[in-house]
Amino acid sequence: MMNPFGSITLLTLIPLVGGLVVAALPAGQKTLARRLGLGVSLLALAVAGALWSGFDRDSTALQYVERRAWVPTLAVEYFVGVDGMGLLMVMLAALLVPLALLVSWRIEERVPLYFALVLWLEAGLFGAFTALNFFHWFLFWELSLIPAFFLVRLWGGPDRGSAATQFFIYTMAGSVGLLLAFLALFLATGKFDFLELADLGRTHQTAALLHAHLGWSGMSADALAQAVFFGAFLGFAVKVPVLPFHTWLPSTYAAAPTGTTMLLTGALSKMGVYGFLRILLPIFPDQMRAWETPLLGLAVLTIVCSAAAAFAQRDVKRMLAYSSVNHLGYCLLGMFAALRVTGEEARWAVEKAAALNGVLLQMFNHGLTAAMLFGFVALIERRAGGLRGLDDFGGLRKPAPVLAGLMGVAAFGSLGLPGLNGFVGEFLIFKGTFALAPWVAALSTAGLLITAVFLLTFLERVFHGPLPARWAAFPDLSRAEIWMVAPATALMFVLGIYPQLVIGVIHRTVLLWVERLGPC
Amino acid sequence: MNAITPYLWLIPALPLAAAGVIALLRQRRKTLAAGLAVGSIGLSLILSFIAFWTTLGGASQGHGGPAHDTSRFVWFALGPTNLELGWVLDPLAASMLVMVTLVGLLIFVYSVGYMAHDENFTRFFSFLALFAAAMLGLVIANNLLLLFICWELVGLTSYLLIGFWFHKPSAAAAAKKAFLTTRVGDIGFLLAIVWLYAQTGTLQFYDDGAGCLEHSALTRLVTQTTTGGLGVATAISLLLFCGAIGKSGQLPLHVWLPDAMEGPTPVSALIHAATMVAAGVFLVARVYPLMAVHPDGAAEATTALQAVTWVGALTAVFAASIAVAQTDIKRILAYSTVSQLGFMMMGLGVGGVAVGMFHLITHAFFKALLFLGAGSVIHGVHEEQDIRRMGGLRRWMPVTFATYGVGMMALAGVPLFFSGFWSKDAILHAAHGWTVSAAPFYLGLCGALLTAFYMTRQVCYVFGGAYRGGAGRAATAHASRRDTPHESPAVMTAPLIVLAVFAVVLGFVGTPVWPWFQGYLTGESVEFHASALLSREHWPMIALSALIVLTGFGLGWYWYGRQPITSPEAPDAIERYQPTFFAVLRGKYYVDEFYARTVVRWHAAWAWTCDTFDRWVWGGVVYAISAVVVGCAWLTRALDDYGINLGFDRACRQIARGGQAGSRFQSGQVHDYLRALGMALVVLLLLFIWGDS
Repeated sequence: MMNPFGSITLLTLIPLVGGLVVAALPAGQKTLARRLGLGVSLLALAVAGALWSGFDRDSTALQYVERRAWVPTLAVEYFVGVDGMGLLMVMLAALLVPLALLVSWRIEERVPLYFALVLWLEAGLFGAFTALNFFHWFLFWELSLIPAFFLVRLWGGPDRGSAATQFFIYTMAGSVGLLLAFLALFLATGKFDFLELADLGRTHQTAALLHAHLGWSGMSADALAQAVFFGAFLGFAVKVPVLPFHTWLPSTYAAAPTGTTMLLTGALSKMGVYGFLRILLPIFPDQMRAWETPLLGLAVLTIVCSAAAAFAQRDVKRMLAYSSVNHLGYCLLGMFAALRVTGEEARWAVEKAAALNGVLLQMFNHGLTAAMLFGFVALIERRAGGLRGLDDFGGLRKPAPVLAGLMGVAAFGSLGLPGLNGFVGEFLIFKGTFALAPWVAALSTAGLLITAVFLLTFLERVFHGPLPARWAAFPDLSRAEIWMVAPATALMFVLGIYPQLVIGVIHRTVLLWVERLGPC
Repeated sequence: MNAITPYLWLIPALPLAAAGVIALLRQRRKTLAAGLAVGSIGLSLILSFIAFWTTLGGASQGHGGPAHDTSRFVWFALGPTNLELGWVLDPLAASMLVMVTLVGLLIFVYSVGYMAHDENFTRFFSFLALFAAAMLGLVIANNLLLLFICWELVGLTSYLLIGFWFHKPSAAAAAKKAFLTTRVGDIGFLLAIVWLYAQTGTLQFYDDGAGCLEHSALTRLVTQTTTGGLGVATAISLLLFCGAIGKSGQLPLHVWLPDAMEGPTPVSALIHAATMVAAGVFLVARVYPLMAVHPDGAAEATTALQAVTWVGALTAVFAASIAVAQTDIKRILAYSTVSQLGFMMMGLGVGGVAVGMFHLITHAFFKALLFLGAGSVIHGVHEEQDIRRMGGLRRWMPVTFATYGVGMMALAGVPLFFSGFWSKDAILHAAHGWTVSAAPFYLGLCGALLTAFYMTRQVCYVFGGAYRGGAGRAATAHASRRDTPHESPAVMTAPLIVLAVFAVVLGFVGTPVWPWFQGYLTGESVEFHASALLSREHWPMIALSALIVLTGFGLGWYWYGRQPITSPEAPDAIERYQPTFFAVLRGKYYVDEFYARTVVRWHAAWAWTCDTFDRWVWGGVVYAISAVVVGCAWLTRALDDYGINLGFDRACRQIARGGQAGSRFQSGQVHDYLRALGMALVVLLLLFIWGDS
């Protein structure tokens, strides 16, 4: 479906241009910069909402496609469009940015630059979630890193310098592997187009092509293809992150200004899982299948170890950072389980569809819930003069019942309480995974238990128990703050009760994936 | 289909709506909040009675089992299929509906009085209504997933209400402990759900022959085996039972229930005695067809039901023995609840759904009565919960005393006139006939003896002798007011009276003479046999029961009633004879301490290991790589600076020096140049001359 108006281009340009305008404001124009930044992000949300409502839910085709030749000799095209997953991720980013800007409202240093950087980050996210040609997808993938780096570097906490550097270089190192892998693919196939590369992957031609163009006698076609696969895997594994490529994450999340952390965990971390689903899974299905067992093992390790590590943290932001790793581990679990080669495909289609639906739901729900949790931490930090240790508080529910209640909702959403958004995704992941890889699913349930342990410990230590005298006048949420978090909280309930809202959009995409994963 | 079935969802929806509205009310709108909560559950009660009424005809149809009226709806699309949920109206659901709404209504009314002075009154009723909604949803669920959703939500409300007075560290800790301990069992439950779903492709219980509890699915399940030769049906049943163990406080996950007494007393009565903790028993009853299914249609007990029986029987005795040595009035009742839940499980295991469920229903009424009575006592003696500081309350609180006495006799199982007797008798009777082992029967007798004993001890402490509470406080400013206990207001005593009536009359619907309840649940018609009591099958058991109860009463009276207890500090009667044994009982067999030393410590160690591993191993690798990279950079810089650059610089310097040396010849002095020219000319001339010769 060609779209003459270029809705997706428009969507990406809004924050990009808006960011330029905001950045051009003089440093003293704080209020104007804030309002303008928020206005731009709301406009982007409105456009994303229009895309959402205009999306044909009964079609498997890519929608809102724009395709123009760019550098024909290098197979570079400007090729954008969304399927269910792309649209869902665009919606997530569009929802979270206004929230993150509102949480960052009280930042007083270099306000126009801060708001501009967040908008550019949004543009990078939109671009990465809609691009279908490696060349400019990679451009946006890296572009989103730069605003994130400066946001951490300039507005972060005490360790911002080393944290920002580690974040940038670690992610960059992963990207180098990704870039090399795609250059190898391009040399072998002459293609940068994700869909065409996926066709080659599905028809098992990739390894042979790589071997024919790049191979030498010492390396078999499979080994070469796997080496290329690992290069690409590294890029996404760092981004998600998969254990043991995760050590950059807790320090970055802890050091970043909390409004930025909301975006890092809510939207940026989804780029990794998105990459797995959009790129690795379709383009390297044979290679991934060959490594399925170790990959499932990594998913279990990610789930269980990061949950346990979260329990050991004393800084709430570090704890939630590990919790974030844990939740993305479930996405990996469902995705890797869906790879499993099964005999009777028809019987397993339901299980694979359940797992993949669960993965997409989990991506969206975790983005929402984790961002909310960090947002509440920001509200606590602001009231406590920057304190956010587990042991710094106690009994806050008495002076701040609304804050405690709403943050409790987010915490229970995060630990997968039915009725809130987190449950459906996790249930579907476990349903699919258990049928496909029972022991792996059974081991991973330990993560569900430990998540409950550390989140309830957090609620107990911060909100319950006796109130220390120093926090006797801890202010509750103001009316404006309640209105700020109310829509997202309401959305958590809505998605918990009526998940079809999201599933309706991703349903066809998931069915298409299941069909493509089917015959081997 | 019954006319009521399509509207059955209203029963949980009404309290849910009330909970939502109350949550948004301002704190001072107490009357409205209480009115909404009581009104919604009252309406649910009426609807439940209508639903119950429509199921009464089912027994007469006599087509081998009760009728299951179902209704369904699509929740969301799932791949090529849809995930459907639904609800069911059958005798099991209907009897639970009536029990939950009736007990719930009485406890709601009681709470209006009990919580009258609490600043968070509205929040309390919001949680309470939410609990009622979730519990009623759990009861009518025709789908294991829907049941699980409601199961988790009752767990949430339990967490919220145990921690209602969250400023108390003990309450906050108890709430967390309750949620986490039950979640251990829930993990098993979740695995059972996904396993059953994978095997049968449906989670609907009854679905016109296609449900997972119906014949075709069961026969398929029972033929499959899994790792270790265990039958799939057995494995799923045992995993489901894990959930029931957690929720119903069975061994070894019983530790949360006594701590849950940190919540307000109406909560203890409603959630932690009558309804939610019985959800585990209800779950086993609901999935009983799965638990009982046997590969070759043999009649002997399945592995799953044997597990249920043993866990129940052991819990019944274990918890009853702990109750003997406790001093907190609510904790005694809590251990009693654990013990009685064990009886129910045992009843399900040995006698089937009807036996277990009958005890569940009767227990709900008399245990709610006892808890509300205990709440009235606590209220009357100014928030004191230690039975050693009570005493003589029969004089000050006559209504509470009388109703408590009824509850106590029902719990202890006083023959013929109290409901607890009939339901417990049915369990013991079934246990006696159990072919696998005789031990559960003797464990049951032992539990019954201990029950009569600890209840006598408690009543002697609380209502017998003289009041021992005021003495210690005589010096305080409010001595006169706080010194005397007082009876509770009518809003609290009226529910006690209603519950006391039920604690007596409910027994008569399930006696051997007229086992109406059993027939109602199993869908068989029953007749009135006045002579059944005197048959050889029944009278020896009745006599034995009576003897056991009398022995328990006698022992209790001998130790605690004969000589009135005079001082709160006086050692317990058993303590005087067996101090070590008593210490073990009072220490609850040190199960909590055992868990603290093992599971809790292991978890902390594991967390520490993961964290340390991250910081030093994975982080270490990253830093090592970065050190290597930085090292390489230094190396190349050194090579540049001292190798390449140095050589280049030296060569340049040589050239420059050469240039400087050369430049000396270029002095710009004409006579120097002329001198050089002259010298060169001379040399050339000399060469020329020599060359020629």
